[in-house]
Amino acid sequence: MRKGTDVELLQNLGDTVGKPLIDGDSRMSCSKVDVFYNNNNQAIFDISVDLGKNEILAMIGPSGCGKSTLLRCLNRMNDTIEGCKVEGEITLDGIDVYSKNIDPVLLRSNVGMVFQKPNPFPKSIYDNVAYGPRLHGLARNGAELDDLVEESLIKSGLWKETKDRLNKPGTGLSGGQQQRLCIARTIAVKPEVILMDEPTSALDPIATATIEELMYELKSSYTIAVVTHSMQQAARISDRTAYFHLGRLVEVNETNKVFTNPEHELTENYITGRFG
Amino acid sequence: MWLEDIESNMNNTKIVQASLKKRYAKERRFKAYGIFSISLSLLFLSFLLFDITHKAMPAFTQTYLKLDIDFSYKNLKLKEGSRYSEKELFSASYRQLTSKSLYEIFPEVTNRKDKKVLRNFVSSGAQYNLRDLVIENPSLIGTKKSIWVLADDDIDSFAKGLIDRNLPESERRIKDNQLVWIDTLEADNRIEKRLNIGFLTQGDSREPEQAGIWGAIKGSFFTMLITLILSFPIGVAAAVYLEEFAPKNNWFVDLIEVNINNLAAVPSVVFGILGLAVYINLFGLPRSAPLVGGLVLFLMTLPTIIIATRAAIKSVPPSIREAALGVGASKMQMISHHVLPLAMPGILTGSIIGMAQALGESAPLLMIGMVAFVADIPQGFMDPSTVLPVQIFIWSDSPERAFIALTSAAIVVLLIFLFLMNLLAIILRKKFETRW
Repeated sequence: MRKGTDVELLQNLGDTVGKPLIDGDSRMSCSKVDVFYNNNNQAIFDISVDLGKNEILAMIGPSGCGKSTLLRCLNRMNDTIEGCKVEGEITLDGIDVYSKNIDPVLLRSNVGMVFQKPNPFPKSIYDNVAYGPRLHGLARNGAELDDLVEESLIKSGLWKETKDRLNKPGTGLSGGQQQRLCIARTIAVKPEVILMDEPTSALDPIATATIEELMYELKSSYTIAVVTHSMQQAARISDRTAYFHLGRLVEVNETNKVFTNPEHELTENYITGRFG
Repeated sequence: MWLEDIESNMNNTKIVQASLKKRYAKERRFKAYGIFSISLSLLFLSFLLFDITHKAMPAFTQTYLKLDIDFSYKNLKLKEGSRYSEKELFSASYRQLTSKSLYEIFPEVTNRKDKKVLRNFVSSGAQYNLRDLVIENPSLIGTKKSIWVLADDDIDSFAKGLIDRNLPESERRIKDNQLVWIDTLEADNRIEKRLNIGFLTQGDSREPEQAGIWGAIKGSFFTMLITLILSFPIGVAAAVYLEEFAPKNNWFVDLIEVNINNLAAVPSVVFGILGLAVYINLFGLPRSAPLVGGLVLFLMTLPTIIIATRAAIKSVPPSIREAALGVGASKMQMISHHVLPLAMPGILTGSIIGMAQALGESAPLLMIGMVAFVADIPQGFMDPSTVLPVQIFIWSDSPERAFIALTSAAIVVLLIFLFLMNLLAIILRKKFETRW
């Protein structure tokens, strides 16, 4: 294990320790990614990490460590931010997502996103879920669309609660239900990867537990990257955990290894609550 | 030790208590100022409304005289026969019908001067009403019939009590002999006040009893239509571009933004001079036309709509934009499916307020000749016309006494239109408002 005072450790944040790249095929892969905001304000330094198929990667770290920035690079949501520049390579199934002939709209239909605050559209529950499929023309007729909406709501565990009120506004649901509606909206487009940016930080513990269970179930069909501030959550749901610090990826490993036997002292300090 | 602590705590409490009194007094004073200023403005407002409606009341009724009109061939100067073409009826003589009837009522009036005064009891427009009657119903020819005809504005003012009969004759518009005649007519039940429908259906006139506001309403309508058709789509499109697509932190975009804000504060008369120079002198468009008026007011309203729309777009929560982009909507889809519908209440409110401003605007329209006296009711965008506020301006400048009431009545009509527009803004906002 790397040892030293915190200051020393911060000054010598070197290469990522642990196992950032996986053996075999990865779903998404970042290599040597640098992100800059407004010219020379670098937010992420030289990060390389893989996302395996059907795994949950938890991204943890103190605020401002760049985990959300990296997450937003994966489906090019950062394109909408003025002055944000991404260097390095990010691939989805081996294709560079930042290459010129990749349309970000197409990418986002393959890499869905769930946000921190539940953000259903101020429309009916049905329209919320049907919005993506309608955009991309995924259903040929009304019956197919109905099936798709039902399937997505079943997968997100919301069908039982909402099947009788599909025409009611999605904003009338409780916070946890709204977040599951957002997940249903995301999976209705049939993405390969789902990115979740602190999906439970605005929810109560019971709703959080439901979402966590849901994530566990979704793992069989999707690859999930989740940013979280709750270390218990990371420990409960993820297969691998990545610890970020000041824009660098400090350590990536199997989740139980990170939490029981961290290789880097910064990781240990963070998970034991000594700073962060 | 602990004793000292308690003591210092007690001291603190005393200090806080002393200042509390002051703070509450300040709050009470502020509340009193607020109530005072609100009551003051309410007082002024109600005084204004009361004064205007009070002054406008006389304009809503109109005095009529009952005269026995002899539609004889001789009076009409028609050759005896059974059928007349409309043209013949149109060019027949109607001028003397009312005068002759009045001379019959007052056979004692023989002197030329008095006869002239007497025949002016009837509005000069009455002959045209009689003409229309005859054209509509030619069987009247050769008969004698009692008909209510429009009285002259002086008689009208007197009947409404606006002229004091106790004043010395030299200070009164109605002379002593006229008073006698009026009393006679009144005694015969030949004077009656009726609802002034003509005020809402006729165009402008030099004779107050024939002046109506319909021409100005139609002129305002055509002008506003041009303004709306141009400024709403262009304003919203400009705002969407500036807010969503234009590069941020770009000196040129900043320059445009600053200038749009400045344009909103430019005195409106400047837009009138611009319109005169560009639309009329350069493009050769006709003067006094609603088309040019609309084009000028479009320039004036555009910044208001752009600013309101940008504020409305800005207030759409970023989470909704992210949600739309996150499921793979393109930027244009995000804007048209989510941002614009959510911003619509604000956009509509801003646009209607801008339109209401334009509706009440007169200065720039004076510059492009919409202040001309137009008796005809405009039928299209190129016809010479005037608008409500300019009509008010023209009437307020007219010497006849009865125009005072007409001016106030026109103000009431304008206020009603403004009120309706604001009501529409509120209704639309309520309708499009999305509950979160």
